[in-house]
Amino acid sequence: MIPFTYERAKSPAEAVKAIASTPGAKFIAGGTNLLDLMKFQIETPTHLVDIRGLPLTTIEDSADGGLRIGALVTNTDLASHPRVKREYAVLSRAIVAGATGQLRNKASTGGNLLQRNRCPYFYNTDMPCNKRVPGSGCSAMGGVSRSLAVIGTSEGCIAQNPGDMAVALTVLDATVETMDAAGRTRSIPIADFHRLPGNTPEVEFALEPGELITAVTLPPPLGGSHHYHKVRDRASYAFAIVSVAAVLQKDGTGRVAFGSVAPRPWRVKAAEAALPKGPAAVVSAAFEGATPTKDNAFKIPLAERTLALVVAERRV
Amino acid sequence: MDFTTPSGRNPIDQLIVVGRPATRVDGPLKVTGTAPYAYERHEVVANQAYGYVVGATIAKGRIARIDTAAAKAAPGVVTVITTLDYKAAEKNPLRQTAKLFGGAEVAHYHQAVALVVAQTFEEARAAAFLVKVDYETAPGKFDLAAEAPDAPPSVDPNEGEDAEVYDRVGDFDAAFAAAPVKLDETYTTPDETHAMMEPHASIAAWDGDRVTVWTSQQMVHWAKAALATTLDIPEEKVRVESPYIGGGFGSKLYLRADALLAALGAKAAGRPVKVTLQRPLIINNGTHRAATIQRIRLGATPDGRLTAIGHVNISGNLPGGMPEAGIAPTKLFYAAPNREIYLKLAALDLGEANDMRAPGEAPGLMALEMAMDEMAEKLGIDPVEFRVLNDTQADPRNPQRPFSERHLVECLRTGAEHFGWSKRSKTPGAVRDGKWLVGMGMAAGIRLNLLMPSAARIRLEPDGRLTVETDMTDIGTGAYTILAQTAAEMMGVPIGAVTVKLGDSAFPQSAGSGGQWGANTSTSGLYAACVKLREAVAARLGFNAADAEFADGKVTSGNRSIALAEAAKNGPLTGEDGITFGDLDKKYVQATFAAQFAEVGVNSFTGETRVRRMLAVVDAGRVLNPTTARSQVIGGMTMGVGAALMEALAVDTRHGCFVNHDLGGYEVPVHADIPHQEVIFLDHPDVKSSPMKAKGIGEIGLCGVAAAVANAVYNATGVRVRNYPITLEKHFTALPRTA
Repeated sequence: MIPFTYERAKSPAEAVKAIASTPGAKFIAGGTNLLDLMKFQIETPTHLVDIRGLPLTTIEDSADGGLRIGALVTNTDLASHPRVKREYAVLSRAIVAGATGQLRNKASTGGNLLQRNRCPYFYNTDMPCNKRVPGSGCSAMGGVSRSLAVIGTSEGCIAQNPGDMAVALTVLDATVETMDAAGRTRSIPIADFHRLPGNTPEVEFALEPGELITAVTLPPPLGGSHHYHKVRDRASYAFAIVSVAAVLQKDGTGRVAFGSVAPRPWRVKAAEAALPKGPAAVVSAAFEGATPTKDNAFKIPLAERTLALVVAERRV
Repeated sequence: MDFTTPSGRNPIDQLIVVGRPATRVDGPLKVTGTAPYAYERHEVVANQAYGYVVGATIAKGRIARIDTAAAKAAPGVVTVITTLDYKAAEKNPLRQTAKLFGGAEVAHYHQAVALVVAQTFEEARAAAFLVKVDYETAPGKFDLAAEAPDAPPSVDPNEGEDAEVYDRVGDFDAAFAAAPVKLDETYTTPDETHAMMEPHASIAAWDGDRVTVWTSQQMVHWAKAALATTLDIPEEKVRVESPYIGGGFGSKLYLRADALLAALGAKAAGRPVKVTLQRPLIINNGTHRAATIQRIRLGATPDGRLTAIGHVNISGNLPGGMPEAGIAPTKLFYAAPNREIYLKLAALDLGEANDMRAPGEAPGLMALEMAMDEMAEKLGIDPVEFRVLNDTQADPRNPQRPFSERHLVECLRTGAEHFGWSKRSKTPGAVRDGKWLVGMGMAAGIRLNLLMPSAARIRLEPDGRLTVETDMTDIGTGAYTILAQTAAEMMGVPIGAVTVKLGDSAFPQSAGSGGQWGANTSTSGLYAACVKLREAVAARLGFNAADAEFADGKVTSGNRSIALAEAAKNGPLTGEDGITFGDLDKKYVQATFAAQFAEVGVNSFTGETRVRRMLAVVDAGRVLNPTTARSQVIGGMTMGVGAALMEALAVDTRHGCFVNHDLGGYEVPVHADIPHQEVIFLDHPDVKSSPMKAKGIGEIGLCGVAAAVANAVYNATGVRVRNYPITLEKHFTALPRTA
């Protein structure tokens, strides 16, 4: 960790202004990922703007019948909100499948969306990594890659997005609301929020420098049965090997997204349309063009079987 | 006290305090966060600076140059020392292979190459990033499977330097060839790391040419000797204190870079320095349990008598290092007239492989006890019965050498009865519970009872309290408590009247904590000291020591009874002695035994395995404290679940390192993985083990567990996975989907 300065912002406008006026500044909310990265000097902000005092901690009904979730709502509060549990259960289940109680108490909605990848080579600063040092190379390619992505990768990066919450938000067609340095707001569909690595693996999110997440909104409830199945080596406190978020309807249609298989939550609408034909058809379409390593090729049949389990367990 | 003949009746046999459940005497300190662990000994010496270790980023080669200028100029930096500033140590301490610091040669990844000392930990860490090291990289060997075919046979170091390489009885080749029923399979176990909660940590302070190190070491006198050797100073100039240890599992048996660098850093800085090994450094810098490739061949008659046992275990280590003795259990476990058992050792350039809880037995039983399960199935005999059939009451290599006590059959029968083993489906893959495939498995465990000399001092204070001093350590095991119980029993006082002080090299030298020898031998050493104190008390009070009874805070003989405290009213009385052991462990095989049972569910879609319940039945002599002994066993069982299902260091054979070098990447079981554990202790005091009649308990709880879980997975699925850990990708595509 290199020395940094610190301030607390009281409003979103003040926060974005503080960031804009200090080169190298970053927002901090729960800090559950950022602080670790700072200790390893993977993130080296010179200034931290603490946004925990911002009034972004409420969950409100929106006019269209959906939900508006403040960016600072903790994972714990979001997962236990009555409407989330009742009408957006896939989100509640995804969140409680993640991390631990202590971490969920600290982690915020906006911060969780920005959690970085868990490629072991990203965390080992002694080895090349295009995310850390653009152009230095990818150590994971040809290395230990069991946990990494099988699709959506590039020559430069095969890291996976390891999160749970974002997979559910993807299936729910959530929208990320932001404010930029000039105080302008915009809405980013969740599907566009996480970037694929391409030639710029270091760019992971659709945010502009200094742009602040203020809320996540959910459209009106979808009904149907909600599922989040997270496959992992131990029963708790582990990142997914594969996860499936699904909202399934009585008529056999539904929505599906896969976690921990790609640099972002992996939802392919054309593949989803194959749901009535069965899990194999969905996975075959969703993973067309996949480029797994020998260590993680199993993730594709595993994704199929996990979706099959979810379909088998459907309770409408 | 020299223990050379089996123990007769002695005051411990009263079992007023010993043998009864007692909560930890150090429990309040632990749960209130006030037990002084090494890194937090802020009060022991003023002006402590912080060291941060820089690890090599190559696995093999030489250091051409180290540039410390930027680091030295960084804020708060006191000094920077590098490996180039010191000569490589000429000789290594006991059972240690890797050079910890000194010289230009790099022998493994994350070998310590520099220490940055600063006013704060954060400043030291930040400056460590500024140390620039130029390497000349050399090719290394990092892939055990690739090196295995050329690995030469190796002596089993546990049998002595000049022992026979091959453990051969009868004619294995002929007997195996002729056996009507045969098994010939190869099993692999991965590299594992201890993953103890407390990282290695030390504070060092010099006073002239004397150094004191407050540290976290399982073996205080080994640490003292190793520091003296490595620093090239006389042992009497070194003091080591290690009163509280947050887990060890073998990782803290030996001197590590934290203690050495704290001492060197403190010398260079001219002030006390504290060093912890950063978590991401520990796994490659420290020691680990070596991966193994084990070929097991079993021959049997159709009625289930083993006629031939062959076991070859291949592991790797740094040149000059020790093999992982996976054959250790096979030598002693089952009868068979024809045997061929030996080790092979490949030279690898990964970090040092060394002891981890139940070294040899733990990985060896992962293979052997899976092979036994497979053989039982081939024979159509129940796995419990198959083991009963092949029980032996003597060393299979020497029928004149019986076991001192061996109640494996009772463990097996008791466990089968208690666990409901008869409900196990003989057909694998036949029991379903919704989406879960359910199976039961069992395995047996053996671990030697090792005897080490151990001394202690006990003082009767004028107020009637007792103070015990020994350099024994408590690594979370309950040593404080059983020592207090031993003193209380011997002197006839409640536990609360005893204060136990541990882990100071100024105290009498104990056995230390390792090889599951600590409980039995350290209490025996204290027993000897108590005998001396009883004699002193009796003499002071005018009793004949042989007749005096110590009970209820009084000393009684005939009609005369005097308060114990009276003996010390004019000043403390001290008893000091130690236990040494004759050849009862040569005449008899001394070992502990377990039968391990597990029931698992395997998700039929995803292949995820979740343990449902576990049972261990343990034969470990007298159980000194059922509460702390149970903790030892359930901790071992938990570690066994990890070994069976998830624990594995991932080797990057390009860079020569373990990639998953933190607790995020190296998964061990969490609470949710361990829903139900039960432990039954058999009650068979072993008079040939010690005056305490106890045996080791710290490792037997792990022995056989992983195989029991693995055998349960097979019983659930019908798919045999012989490569540990049994992670889902090794079997899920073969599983029937049930819902």
